Amino acid sequence: MSKVERIGGNVASYVDDRTGAAKWLRKNLTKVFPDHWSFMLGEIVLYSFIILLLSGTFLTFWFDPSQRDVIYQGSYEPLKNIEMSASYASTLHISFDVRGGLLMRQIHHWAALIFMAGMIAHLMRVFFTGAFRKPREANWLIGVGLVTLGIVEGFLGYSLPDDLLSGTGIRIAEAIIQALPVVGSYLAFFAFGGAFPGHVFIPRIFTVHVLLLPGIFLALITVHLMLVWYQKHTQYPGPGRTEKNVVGYPLMPIYMAKAGGFFFIVFGVTALLGAVASINPIWLYGPYNPGQISAGSQPDFYMGWLDGLVRMAPPIETHAFGHTISWNILIPGLIVPGILFTLMALYPFIESWMTGDKSEHHLLERPRNNPNRTAIGAMSLAFILVVLINGGNDIIATNFHLTINQIMWFTRIGVIVIPPLVFVITKRICLSLQRADREKVLHGRETGRLVMLPHGEFIEVHEELTPEQKFTLTQHEQPAALIVPNADANGVRNPQGFKGKIRARFSQAHVEQIDAPTESEVKALGGGHH
Amino acid sequence: MKTVRISLGIKKISRYRRHRFAGPALLTVALISLGATFQVASALPSTNKMETTVKSTLIEEGKRIFALGCSSCHGLNAEGGSIAPSLIGVGAASVDFQVGTGRMPMQDMSQQAMRKKPIYDTEETAALAAYVATLAPGPDVINEAQLTYERDGNTAEGGELFRTNCAMCHNFAGQGGALSQGKYAPTLMGVEARHIYEAMVTGPQSMPVFSDKTITPEEKLSIIKWIKAAESEPNLGGASLGRVGPVTEGLLVWTLGLGLLIGIAVWLTAKAK
Repeated sequence: MSKVERIGGNVASYVDDRTGAAKWLRKNLTKVFPDHWSFMLGEIVLYSFIILLLSGTFLTFWFDPSQRDVIYQGSYEPLKNIEMSASYASTLHISFDVRGGLLMRQIHHWAALIFMAGMIAHLMRVFFTGAFRKPREANWLIGVGLVTLGIVEGFLGYSLPDDLLSGTGIRIAEAIIQALPVVGSYLAFFAFGGAFPGHVFIPRIFTVHVLLLPGIFLALITVHLMLVWYQKHTQYPGPGRTEKNVVGYPLMPIYMAKAGGFFFIVFGVTALLGAVASINPIWLYGPYNPGQISAGSQPDFYMGWLDGLVRMAPPIETHAFGHTISWNILIPGLIVPGILFTLMALYPFIESWMTGDKSEHHLLERPRNNPNRTAIGAMSLAFILVVLINGGNDIIATNFHLTINQIMWFTRIGVIVIPPLVFVITKRICLSLQRADREKVLHGRETGRLVMLPHGEFIEVHEELTPEQKFTLTQHEQPAALIVPNADANGVRNPQGFKGKIRARFSQAHVEQIDAPTESEVKALGGGHH
Repeated sequence: MKTVRISLGIKKISRYRRHRFAGPALLTVALISLGATFQVASALPSTNKMETTVKSTLIEEGKRIFALGCSSCHGLNAEGGSIAPSLIGVGAASVDFQVGTGRMPMQDMSQQAMRKKPIYDTEETAALAAYVATLAPGPDVINEAQLTYERDGNTAEGGELFRTNCAMCHNFAGQGGALSQGKYAPTLMGVEARHIYEAMVTGPQSMPVFSDKTITPEEKLSIIKWIKAAESEPNLGGASLGRVGPVTEGLLVWTLGLGLLIGIAVWLTAKAK
């Protein structure tokens, strides 16, 4: 035993004698995690959050969150001697007069976009594989909370430099606050400390952006990960994988290495984007001035759908009792997003109500094996994509030689017509894929090889699947439709009332699928031929 | 002998007809030929070089060109018609801008005349401008001597004026923007200083007139200086992504950013075979 090993051993037993850490560590370092690329989407989000904390801290060293007027004297000539707020001037200072400042600003902003895009991708993975089902409903709720806060946090960060683009965004945020009936104007006055733009908004959102929300993020992310740890990670179905085990690699050393390496890869990709692609070039936008605006003012993509909704709203207002209710802002700016996020948060509970499924699930579902859910997800994505297109309608119009009016009418109609169409098409595709799976299991894979038999008959050679592949394609549960009684024991008709009828209808839609081949069917055919 | 070789060639091609790239390759060929046909069909009308045999006065010449190339829409005496406005009083500056940037004569009756390769050369444009200027007084052509923006303009002040008066249609960096019903504010990048000045004075298409009372001549020079500075400004943060704001940034993060990361994740979790 070398000297180093002896000292290390002594330190370890000193700590272990006092904390009992060895037992805990042995248990947890050998914890097993399943391996799949889609399980790393959440990691992208976590790592970009760390990058955001680090690069954001760097930026606070020079950023001056103040709306006091200054005359710019820095090194960017086209803005010299222009009156602007201290926050805009200090952002210019970071960009042009702090070593590495522009790179850090760009890394921070790209990391924020990757953070949001990663969250949405992770959310889609969790949704389409059914990972939110019991016992993980609470973690789904935390996730929805994180997405919502991420949108707010991102918007506040975009607003801080007080440039012409972000000021326009704050102006729209103010309009949305004002659209709240009765309390709207009071709330807006409270938030801005008087009339827009005032002198207090930037300092206030700075505190929220760098202190309050990151603190909440840290807490929620910790709980999110602790729940993953405690409830164990879900896994894709396959041979040897059950609801009671986790098949994968141990945390130490495999995952430590993989995750550690992946952190640096995420950092590398973010730094690459920050180094080669311009983001939020605030010096081109100019300082905020309520009297100015630029064509093609847009929010970042995670707010783009909201902007698209507001842009497509017809101009409807009600005047009553000396109050104006701006439905054209209220509905797209608050009511529709409120409904969307509530439905998203409640989806695990809605689904379990529809299917009557109260059991625990640790095996994921292939999206095709739950056609109704997959179709609901695709429908929601279609909705968001259609309104997102309208959010960028001016940029699309100029680049593709279309007219804004055409795009607006396309999306106004499309937002109602396209999602249901996508629902039906997705569901049909899922059922077709199930049918293809069934064919594969029963008749093997079509090899495209034609063989002529001695008596002249042509056949196509089918290659039989391996037992493992057959298992993976047939293991999924296919629950029956929920039985909602038409009459109870006393002959009372329809005991659950209208609610029961709806539930039965939903349940029926939800279980619609192609029967997976049974054992006897597979045996009867043998396999691999016709 | 020759025929055999040809038939061999066809056989050779025919052997590849079931190749897996045959479909995409055919599609590519079809698309290119379709595009080429369209390109030829929609090409600009060939410019009939005027045979300036006897060059009388500039105005006479302008009147002749006008009668040939413009009068069918604008009327024989430039009085306008059902499809084109009267040109009486628009001034030489307007002609210099519209003809000099190729917007007139219009290629088709779409929402807006677009910038294209000028049909008339400098002399013909000058002749047309001189003729239209005789119809009624109007803003005169801006000559290079008046465009002292390099000396008299102030970039920063021009930027403020630009953001107040121009950015709402032409975008914060002069990249252009969309207006209603398919009309648009064109990009200002690569536009000659003279034409920018003339556009401000004459208000072509959907653009308002910025008279010398609204924006003084010195201020106009400052705006031009700022536009020229924006044009030559290097992309300080890396690839500019078109200078159109967050739309292209969002597109890049979902394609290159997340695409790259997911690609790496797939690679990291790939099973060794």
